Amino acid sequence: MASRDQRSDLQSPFRRKLLAGMAALPAVSLLPRRAFGAAATAAVNTTGLAVTDDTVTVGILHSVTGTMAISETGSVEAEKLAIDQINASGGVLGRQIKFIQEDGASDWPTFAEKAKKLLVNDKVAAVMGCWTSASRKAVLPVFEQYNGMLYYPTFYEGLEQSKNVIYTGQEATQQILAGLDWVVKEKNAKTFYLLGSDYIWPRTSNKIARKHIENVKQLKVVGEEYFPLSSTQFNSVINKIKLTKPDVIYAIIVGGSNVAFYKQLNAAGIDLNKQTLMTISVTEDEILGIGGENIVGAYACMKYFESLDNPNNKAFVPAFKKMWGETSVIGDVTQAAYLGPWLWKLTVEKAGSFDIDKVAEASPGVEFKGAPEGYVRIHENHHLWSKTRVGRARADGQYDLVYETADLMEPNPFPKGYQ
Amino acid sequence: MDYSLSDLGSIFVMQAFAGLILFSVFVLMALGLAIIFGQMGVINMAHGEFMILGAYVTFLCARGFQTYLPSLFGIYFFVAMALAFVAAGALGMLVEWALIRHLYRRPLDTLLATWGLSLILQQVYRSVFGAREVGVELPKWMMGSINASDTVEIQINGLFVMGLTTLITASVFFLLFRSGWGKQVRAVVQNRVMAGAVGINTEKIDRYTFAIGCGIAGIAGSAFTMIGSTSPTAGQSYIVDTFLVVVFGGTQSLFGTIASALTISQAQSTLEFFLSGSMAKVFTLLTVVGILMLRPQGLFVLKIRR
Repeated sequence: MASRDQRSDLQSPFRRKLLAGMAALPAVSLLPRRAFGAAATAAVNTTGLAVTDDTVTVGILHSVTGTMAISETGSVEAEKLAIDQINASGGVLGRQIKFIQEDGASDWPTFAEKAKKLLVNDKVAAVMGCWTSASRKAVLPVFEQYNGMLYYPTFYEGLEQSKNVIYTGQEATQQILAGLDWVVKEKNAKTFYLLGSDYIWPRTSNKIARKHIENVKQLKVVGEEYFPLSSTQFNSVINKIKLTKPDVIYAIIVGGSNVAFYKQLNAAGIDLNKQTLMTISVTEDEILGIGGENIVGAYACMKYFESLDNPNNKAFVPAFKKMWGETSVIGDVTQAAYLGPWLWKLTVEKAGSFDIDKVAEASPGVEFKGAPEGYVRIHENHHLWSKTRVGRARADGQYDLVYETADLMEPNPFPKGYQ
Repeated sequence: MDYSLSDLGSIFVMQAFAGLILFSVFVLMALGLAIIFGQMGVINMAHGEFMILGAYVTFLCARGFQTYLPSLFGIYFFVAMALAFVAAGALGMLVEWALIRHLYRRPLDTLLATWGLSLILQQVYRSVFGAREVGVELPKWMMGSINASDTVEIQINGLFVMGLTTLITASVFFLLFRSGWGKQVRAVVQNRVMAGAVGINTEKIDRYTFAIGCGIAGIAGSAFTMIGSTSPTAGQSYIVDTFLVVVFGGTQSLFGTIASALTISQAQSTLEFFLSGSMAKVFTLLTVVGILMLRPQGLFVLKIRR
């Protein structure tokens, strides 16, 4: 027995080489058909992802049914547009992108299940997906366990960083601090009333806002309140606002509550042209439901508005409307979702490989000069360097840009002194 | 904090008014369900979706008037409410015929069936109107507020909801307690077999009762476009409060529904003023749970022999 084992050991290196050579023969015969300049699949994909000689498959994982469909539809549309454009310009490493779309159905365990399906069964090279923090938290262990790459588009509360995620939206300090600085300087604001829906993002964001107002600016917060997500009655808090007369109402209300809040604020005779209100949760998408006449004059603080005046955006907006209809609007998150496929393409081409580890490693420093918001760059911590902007709501549902930071804001997901 | 006395006075007035608006909203929400759940014993989980149907009808009406009859836009809301009643009522009749009438002997199954119906309706709205919220534009006169004094402002749409609620409540009371049809409904509720034996067409009564309950939900949904959002899933945000009001009031008593709406709305709006929004909800629910533990049948019950 022992001698036979030994003999097969001796033989095996040669046999393996021979077999490998034979196996490679069909591939060689395919060579002339492959796109010119594309590297051999075996070289750019050493971990068995869904990459062929002329295609690469990615996943799209958003809710297209359930409560979150309202918000996530725009992200899906932007990602499909980006994929179309990348394919038209020659694809990624000479390969056309195909996508498999899964529906998270606004249900967090479903997100985790579908993420696993995309990574394990479909072996996708990257996933563009998730919207709420809850869905991201649900899929994060899946992406880390099966080593996938997630491009996450939403502005969020920070306090997270993963090798397997690129955060293309702003984290809380990027979105909040510059806006507060601006409103203090510009409006001479001294008192703030903080409002929010009752879950992690508004609470964490208001915590950061409160620390900045009280500790850095030495100003005063006169009220802080949270409402259940389905809340539709705001008359009591509006009365409290009338009583405390804050210089700034700082509102992080989301979803259907948003509509109720602004409609009732307007009905209660609070004119947002006189009462300063700043929000970080109302994009052009939300105004569709709220109605421009109910929110005109409010300030929003984020990194992108559809009305931005730069060459990239002037190409992006018509392309989006051509694909998804003239009446569609583009909010901050939709734009951030559009960055996902592009950043992935640029990273893969920088790494020269689809391998997840190489893509993760190559990510820091990747620049995207064609971003509709202007130039962006991936930071060491996998968030984006980006500018922060303040816009003022118009009656037609668009924002006028009133301020933008001179420099790119550094992403700081674990801000010291703000936790 | 130092507030002037006049400030506090005017806030008190406005706060009382906020409580009254909430009261009207609760009554309007719950009235349709009180008829269906209380009188017929059908647990209608799709109540919110019938409301949203009314909201979408209002949205279509607003669009239609803007395009074809811009000169009459100021009064479109009344047309929209009438159409919302008809549309939701017609759908209610269809649902009763296709689904509910097979389940009268199995009340718990109606819960599952109507929950399924609510999911189906949500997806239908999503496919037809898109997943995003739609904005319903209001005529100018319905926006803003009346200045009763320098500091007291009364919201016009609040007044409108209060007026509407009064009108509909009065109509329902007249219909149920002063008309021949109402007598038949009450007879069927109390004893279906005997009502049938004395010649009442119970199937027809059931169908119309269900349709009217749904129709009122449609009107409520139409009115709520003034204060809330219109999206495929917006109905979900009303359903819990609606059941709370109906169950707390005692399912079979319409008077109980109104009393419970008053209690819950005043508690909530007062607590919201002194605590924060979420905590107010917690304390309101705790109070309701506490009272229901002591009085499982709700605030008011009909005294009938079983």
